[in-house]
Amino acid sequence: MDLAYSPEEEAFRARLREWLAKTLPALPPKPSPDDWPGRRAYDLGWQRTLYDAGYADVHWDASPTTRLIFLEETEKAGAPYVGAGFVGLLHAGPTIAAEGTAEQRARWLPPILRGEEVWCQGFSEPDAGSDLAALRTRARREGDEYVVSGSKIWTSHAEVADWCELLVRTDGQAPKHRGISWLAMPMDAPGVTVRPLRTLAGSTEFAEVFLDEVRVPVANRVGDENDGWRVTMVTLSFERGTAFVGEVVACRRVLGEVARQARANGVWDDAGVRRRLGRLHAEFRALWRLTQWNVSEGEASGGVPGVGGSVFKLRYSRARQELYEVAAEVLGAGALDLGCEWVVDRLSSLSYTIAAGTSEVQRNIVGERILGLPKG
Amino acid sequence: MRFRLTEDQRVLKSGFREVLARRFGAEELRGAVDGSGALDRWLWRELGEVGLFSLRLAEDEGGVGLGVPEAVLVFEEAGRALLPGPLVATHLAAGVVPGAATGETVVTAVGGGGLVEWLDEADVVTGDAAGAVPLRSVDPLTPLHRVPGGRSAVRPDDLFVLLTAAEQLGTAVRACEAAVQHARTREQFGRPVGAFQAVKHLCAELLVRVEVARVAVYAAAVTLDPVDIAAARLLADEAAVRGARDSLQVHGGSGFTWEADVHLCLKRAWVRVERGGSITESEEMLAGDLLIDAS
Ligand SMILES: Cc1cc2nc3c(=O)[nH]c(=O)nc-3n(C[C@H](O)[C@H](O)[C@H](O)COP(=O)(O)OP(=O)(O)OC[C@H]3O[C@@H](n4cnc5c(N)ncnc54)[C@H](O)[C@@H]3O)c2cc1C
Repeated sequence: MDLAYSPEEEAFRARLREWLAKTLPALPPKPSPDDWPGRRAYDLGWQRTLYDAGYADVHWDASPTTRLIFLEETEKAGAPYVGAGFVGLLHAGPTIAAEGTAEQRARWLPPILRGEEVWCQGFSEPDAGSDLAALRTRARREGDEYVVSGSKIWTSHAEVADWCELLVRTDGQAPKHRGISWLAMPMDAPGVTVRPLRTLAGSTEFAEVFLDEVRVPVANRVGDENDGWRVTMVTLSFERGTAFVGEVVACRRVLGEVARQARANGVWDDAGVRRRLGRLHAEFRALWRLTQWNVSEGEASGGVPGVGGSVFKLRYSRARQELYEVAAEVLGAGALDLGCEWVVDRLSSLSYTIAAGTSEVQRNIVGERILGLPKG
Repeated sequence: MRFRLTEDQRVLKSGFREVLARRFGAEELRGAVDGSGALDRWLWRELGEVGLFSLRLAEDEGGVGLGVPEAVLVFEEAGRALLPGPLVATHLAAGVVPGAATGETVVTAVGGGGLVEWLDEADVVTGDAAGAVPLRSVDPLTPLHRVPGGRSAVRPDDLFVLLTAAEQLGTAVRACEAAVQHARTREQFGRPVGAFQAVKHLCAELLVRVEVARVAVYAAAVTLDPVDIAAARLLADEAAVRGARDSLQVHGGSGFTWEADVHLCLKRAWVRVERGGSITESEEMLAGDLLIDAS
């Protein structure tokens, strides 16, 4: 049990830190939240910069510890967030790397790493959210193609995506978990319509996606036909297991800023606020340790993160919401000003106990898969 | 960075768990609860023999030569077994107080809350226990005295707090295991109660608190950073106290009986919260650190 980094790991950290210090000041200004073409260009540009400097593959090929250092240092330095690259880099890409054929890996992975293509996730449907396996979008096979019809909802980044990791029903007769397949669908295919949805934060983070007789080559199927549920579990384990790691560092930074703000405006004199800040400090320190623990366990068992990701997500999503509740208390009336970044972050934190599987569903997973309690 | 148990640590932990299961299992625990209230000196020497007290003493001083992380692992197991006695105080006295390392001498200490455990049974007291008056202890397995004006006078040292947190973690593990075991076997409405979400979700949160406390305690054992120790303490106290309460809820009416072990978990957890000193102080320390540590 140790928390020390090896000389090679420390050397990597030092090199990265130096590179960030040199690179970040030259970045263009951040686009506004609703300027999607601008956001796409900005996020992909950052990925390209990483690629050119040799840091692009850090999410997949590098050791998990190196990835941890990468996330820690980029976040501390205030580097851009993965943004539109989230799905491609953090779960569609890793899924293809783990489950795809050699041709599939060669086709899809390099453009993700080079910052050329954006992915979105077409899992949820209007009548299949938590009960994901109830999805109804149908794919009928015609020769070398699937013909896909149905609709998806809450699809983040759909407006600017090139590809969609899409779950479809390829066998309507089979039990609901057995008839599903995992496809890579080009978003510019005829029959795909994207209708942006407005979030409570006022932005258009996600969209509805309508699919009308969309033709997708059978060669775009990752995993066997009707074996998509298993592949989906791989995707979800990446999504819950490692995709939020960098954000813990961000929350720790924000917590420090909230404390300093409280000190500056006198709210610090309130012992109740100080105690809550102290508890949150304990909480985020522990969440970072939990991350290190999960990464070490993952390194030992090789590859795909385990259900421990659900433990992490449950606690993290709540801690993040509490963080912005305290921030609101520190801001006082300022907590009603959408011009303040924390206020927007407070709003978006509300999604953390819902997106990527609600807290209720995570508790079912912990109860049934880790503790072995009977299904309800 | 390899933040997981090494093979040796795994073996040490499971070995100690087995020793305790053999020597202080369910029957012995009940025996102690219903017994005379005396400390089992025989058991104390056996704990000395297996190295609980001398674990961190150098080998040439007759110790086992291991470090704080290993001590944390065995104290977690002690907490899981609800092993009674001033274990932490005696462990910390090994190498200082003659006979502590071998379990010949029982050493107690004035804790953070100004309370002294097992004063009448101890051979040596660390700290000033002058004028201590007995309480009717809430925990049947921890006799208590209160030192007048003791509370603010003593701030327990970090290792005392950390090993106490390790015991809390172990007790939280026990409360979680008991809840899950009960939820799997107790049937109502024709099915195990653990199939009901309200119950299942209580169990899931029990585990989440255990795992968060675990990494905090283990990390503090590695870094020995006072802020990490304060964090570990808060999270372990929470895991043990809330864990025992939720476990009691999962047990239903049987959880409210003297026969169920749940109340023993809760009462011991309460005692250890006091031992660690003021919770407010730990929170304030963490808050203060935020102003220093911008990272
Ligand atoms: C910001 C955001 C981004 C998202 N991005 C994407 C995306 O890119 N791609 C994508 O496919 N999806 C995305 N989602 C969808 C997300 O995965 C779903 O919203 C989520 O899984 C919940 O499904 P639902 O919205 O249908 O709610 P429902 O499943 O209808 O749930 C409603 C309520 O019932 C509870 N509930 C449901 N089932 C159970 C149960 N078995 N036990 C106990 N309680 C239960 C839920 O916890 C919730 O409180 C996103 C969601 C958000 C908020």
